[in-house]
Order: sequence, then C-alpha cells, then structure tokens
Amino acid sequence: MVAKVMEEIKKDLSNNSDWTEVIEPKISFLQLGLKDVWRYRDLLFLFVRRDFVATYKQTILGPLWHFIQPILTTVMFVILFGKIANIPTDGILAIPFYLSGITIWNYFVACLNGTSNTFVGNAGIFGKVYFPRLVIPFSVIISNIIKLGIQFLLLLSVLIYYWFKLGQFYIGWSWFLIPVLIFMSAGLGLGLGILISSLTTKYRDFTILIAFGIQLLMYATPIAYPISYLKAKSEYAYLINYNPLSAIVEGFRWAIFKNNNFQISTLYYSFLWMVVTLFLGVIIFNKTEKKFMDTV
Amino acid sequence: MSAIIKVENISKQYRLGQIGTGTIGHDLNRWWAQLRGKEDPYLKIGETNDRSKKGHSDYVWALKDVNFEVNQGEVLGIIGKNGAGKSTLLKILSKTTAPTTGSIKIKGRIASLLEVGTGFHPDLSGRDNIFLNGAILGMTKREIKSKFDEIVDFSGVERYIDTPVKRYSSGMYVRLAFAVAAHLEPEILILDEVLAVGDADFQKKCLGKMKDVSVNDGRTVLFVSHNLSAISQLCKNAVLLSNGKVVDINETSLVINKYYQQHLEINQIQEVKFEGLLKDYLKFLEFFINGVNPFANELIVHPTQQINFELKLLAEKNIPPFRLSLAFFKDNVRLFSISDYDFYESTQGQFSCTFSIDKNVLRAGTYQIGIGSRTEANLWVWNEHVCSFNVSEVYDENINILDYGILNSKKFSTSKRNLNDT
Repeated sequence: MVAKVMEEIKKDLSNNSDWTEVIEPKISFLQLGLKDVWRYRDLLFLFVRRDFVATYKQTILGPLWHFIQPILTTVMFVILFGKIANIPTDGILAIPFYLSGITIWNYFVACLNGTSNTFVGNAGIFGKVYFPRLVIPFSVIISNIIKLGIQFLLLLSVLIYYWFKLGQFYIGWSWFLIPVLIFMSAGLGLGLGILISSLTTKYRDFTILIAFGIQLLMYATPIAYPISYLKAKSEYAYLINYNPLSAIVEGFRWAIFKNNNFQISTLYYSFLWMVVTLFLGVIIFNKTEKKFMDTV
Repeated sequence: MSAIIKVENISKQYRLGQIGTGTIGHDLNRWWAQLRGKEDPYLKIGETNDRSKKGHSDYVWALKDVNFEVNQGEVLGIIGKNGAGKSTLLKILSKTTAPTTGSIKIKGRIASLLEVGTGFHPDLSGRDNIFLNGAILGMTKREIKSKFDEIVDFSGVERYIDTPVKRYSSGMYVRLAFAVAAHLEPEILILDEVLAVGDADFQKKCLGKMKDVSVNDGRTVLFVSHNLSAISQLCKNAVLLSNGKVVDINETSLVINKYYQQHLEINQIQEVKFEGLLKDYLKFLEFFINGVNPFANELIVHPTQQINFELKLLAEKNIPPFRLSLAFFKDNVRLFSISDYDFYESTQGQFSCTFSIDKNVLRAGTYQIGIGSRTEANLWVWNEHVCSFNVSEVYDENINILDYGILNSKKFSTSKRNLNDT
C-alpha cells in the first residue's frame, strides 16, 4: 500500500518536472527574460536588418538622409545660437560643437522614441505570435547604433577637414569614454522608452507627453550652449546638473575635444539614472507584456 | 500516451466598455487590494460571456474554469460559436495574453499561427520575409536556411521569391506564409482558421501536411476552425466550447453532433429557426426518426433497418400548393434529398408526411438533416441543419464493408461481360 502511494508520488513528481513551460497569470518579480532574448537573437538581427532595409525603400536619397538631418540642424544652430544669440562654444569651433551635441542627442532621442512605441506600434504582431517582446526595443537600439555610426563618420570628417585647414586635432585617451557615453545614452533611452511604452498600453496620455517632453528636455540639455556659459550667466545654472543627459553631452564633447574641465565623477549621477530606469523599465515591461493585448 | 499540454482551471476576464477617465479608479482600487494582499475585487463580479443578452456587470468571463489535456501527437479540434472563447484560449496558449486565473503546463515549444503572414513586411522580398517570419515563429537562422528550398517548393511561388511581397496576390501571400509555418518544428502547433484562404488545391496540400506533421512526426496540433469538415477530417478528438466553458471533449463526430444541437439549443422542431418567406405560414410541428424525437435524444440507427422520418406540419393560411424535402448531409456535403413530388393541394390545417431510406443504404457515421418546403411559385422555407442522427457500425453481409464511400454500394448494380468473344 505504502509502496503504491510512493510510486504514485514519484510518478507525479517526475511528471511535474517534465513541463518545459508553465503559463500563469503572474510572473515572478525579477524574471527579466533576458535568456529568452538571447534565444531569439537571430530574430533581433533580422529586425535590425528589416528596419534598415525597409526605411529607405522607395526613397531617392536613401541613407543619405542620415547626413542631411544633422547638417541642417547644425546650420540652423550656427546661425541662431552662434551668430544671432552669440552664445560661446566652450573653446571649440561652432560647427564641431553643435554637431557633436546633436549626434549624441539624436541617438538618445532615437532610442527613446523608437522604444517608447514598442507595444502600441507592434500590437499587430504581438497579438498573433509570441516572442520575447524585449527583442523589439533591443533591435531599435542596435539599428540606431548603425545610424549613430554614420553620423559619427560625418563628425569625424568635419574634424579631419578642420585638421587640414587649421591644423587643430585632438586625439587621446579620453576617446575611450565615447563608447561608454554612447552605451549610457542608449541605456537611458531604452529604460525610459520601455517604461513609457508600458504605460501607454493603457493610457495614451503618455504618447502626448513624450512628444513635447522631448522638446522641453532638449532645451534643458547643453546642446546649443555649454554649461560653462550658463554658470557665467545665472545662479540657477546648477539646475541643469539634475538632468542626467547634461553630463553625457558635456562628457561626449570633453572626450572628443578635451575642451572643458569636465569631471568624470559627474557621470555617476547619470549612470545611477540609467541603472534605475533600465531596471524599473524591464520589470514593468515584462509585467505589461503579459496582459497588454487586453488593454492596448 | 502522456499529456503534452495540461490546461488547469483557466479563466480569462475582460472588461467591457472603453478605457477612459473612469478606468483609473478601478485600477487604483485593484492596486490597493493587491497592496493589502487581498484578492482582485473585480474578479468576483464577472458574468458569463453571452453577447446577445444585456448584463449588469462591466466584467465578463471569456473563459471560465476550462480544463483539458492534450496528448502527444494528437490533433485536437476546438469548435464553438462565435464568442465561445476559442480564440481567447488560443491566445493564452500562444502566450499573447495571460490568463486571469489558472495555469497551463506545456512540454516543448509552441508555435502559433493565429493568422498567417504575421510580421511579413510588404517592402521586403519573399526571401527576406521567409527568414523574418521564420524567426518570429521561433526558428533560428540556421534552421530556416536548411529548410529554405523545401519552404519555397511547398509554397509554389519560386518565381516571385525576390519580389517584394506587396506585389504578391493574396493567395501567394498566404501560401508563402503557410509554407513557413508548416516547416516549423515545434512540438505543438496552434492553428486558427488558416485554411480560409488559398485555392482548393492548396487547402488539400495543407490538410495533408498537417496530417503528416501529426502522424509521422508525432507532433501535436491544436486546430480551431468553423470549417467542420476540415475539423472532422483532421482531428480525432475535439473540444466544444460554449460561453467560455467546456461543454464536451470527445470523438470529433460526437462533438460536432453536439455542436449542432447545442448550437440551436432546442428540444423540438418547433423551436428551430427556419429561413425563407414561407416560414411565417408553414410551421413544422413534430419530427420523428423511427418514432423518436431526435432533438431530445441522441439517435443511433441500425444500418440494416429501414429508417423512417415523420414530419408533421401546420399551414396557418391558405398557401399555394407546396412540396416537402428532406436533405441529408455528411461533413457538410449534401449527399441526397428526398422530396415528395406531388404538390399538396392548398388547404389550411395540419399535414403529416413520411419519408424513408431503405435498409443498407447509409454507412456508419453522423448525418445531418435539412428540412424545407417549396411552392410552385418558388416561395420557400429551409434549414440546413435541423438535427442529426448516427448510423451505428455493424458488420453485415449486406453492407459491403470492403468498399469505401459514404453510401453502401451493394444497393447499386453492376455486371461484368467478357468482350473477347465478340
């Protein structure tokens, strides 16, 4: 009798351990699902490829658009902030100053914008088939890195132009900070983006918020002006340090030109922001992923 | 055989109405309950999901306490009316949405095909889309590469493989999409109405492929469709859902049978809804098969006996002369009809009419009966699925079991002659 019961229990146990997957209403708090993303890495790169190939179908200029946008913005900034408002450019020439700021800022915005639309924009696919939803925001980050690379080439060619013309060129150890800063702006953009994307599934208010929020944030980020200029002008200049992007943009310029007395320690604050938003973002994203089809 | 999917107490609640300013109140309430460790207060107030009736609650249960198991290699059909919960169940199984309560345990990879061509990008070529779609469905690049030729071959769109899929005809699009999905190698495949598009030839190919997948490869398929003949061809067993609950799990023919009855939810012919102008004047009162009311009982008829059908009706007004017909269907195919060829002289009042099928004509299986009437001036009343009955499987010398077919060929005559002598 006892043996029979034992056998039954054994059978039950072995049966239970066989399940490879259990679908339940809730997932554990810290189940980040990154392993799943790795399993779907092929899909990740196919999405990147799709983004890249499909964006320029039926355009004449194709990838040239990546150059046109920062060039026109730089021209605008040079005229508006440089010539008319006469804002100094922190000891470097105006064009490399604005172009460098725009390059890193564009990458952050592209990551934020691209990922904040994850759920609503892909509801069609998500409603029909399961794959780790994080694949989509990750693919956005990666395909934007390619675009960033193109824009960085533009920045480099401007630097080389001035090297030949004026004989000024700086390259040094600080260049190693560049990939770190790119990584940080990607992390911030991704963290905020997936956070917003999770919130928009039910309440679309955030879509509206993000559209002008990015605009407002740009004024509060030292892209068209250096922090040193603010400090000289106003006693409230310290407020800009609360913006986690300030240190990233200033640091990016310092890494390339070594033009200001940038303190690397100011990056810790931005780094903390990145870690917190990423962590919160992934947790809420994974929680939303399970049920968003019902509310989207 | 062991269970590969185990569905336990799955329920799914939906909120009706729109999301707006009012919704946030409920959200806060729910969050407050969760914070105190209490149960979601809105889980208690859900109602059965019956879209035709007005309810009092904003919450409905699309699925309520659904339990069943699927064995390895089984092709399970899922049928039910619109809104019965079929798609919700598949959505939960394919992880596009989570259940409200309950759990599903699965062994192996699931690939779902809730609609073919998911993730196809119109601007990309067929080749690119095979890779993209395959990856979305869970294949790795290497797997797709090794199957690429097979997929293209199966789809039959080789010539267009480097053309953007937006230039494809809708049929080609579906063929390519199904081809990718059919070459997936998950342990469990979920299909929802995929055969709706595509020509007859391709549909046949798909059905064949699915059978192949389950029988030869031992993979499990869940198949949702309103196409009952496809269900009965493919699935040995079926689940019948109604208003979010499992009504029956059984052999497909029995479940389909029940579906028709439950579909109508009637106990006698008077409750059957007929179509046509004549329905207001001609009322069917009673219907018996071998003297038994087929609505109240599940009817099983012995094939070696003559089957008698008795129909009683009432002409409420003085209508033109009319004729009655019985039509017999199997798997949605109309086999034959029996009509009384004489038009009744127009009169008011009750009529009775009997039809019969000779013994040893029908083979074993489930048959649906359609009943209708038509006047000389082509006024009519008709219903294709009034009720159904089963013919039991009996081995009798008069039933030629060696022969295939729905009808018993012994009823037809043949003769053989040697032509060499002439």
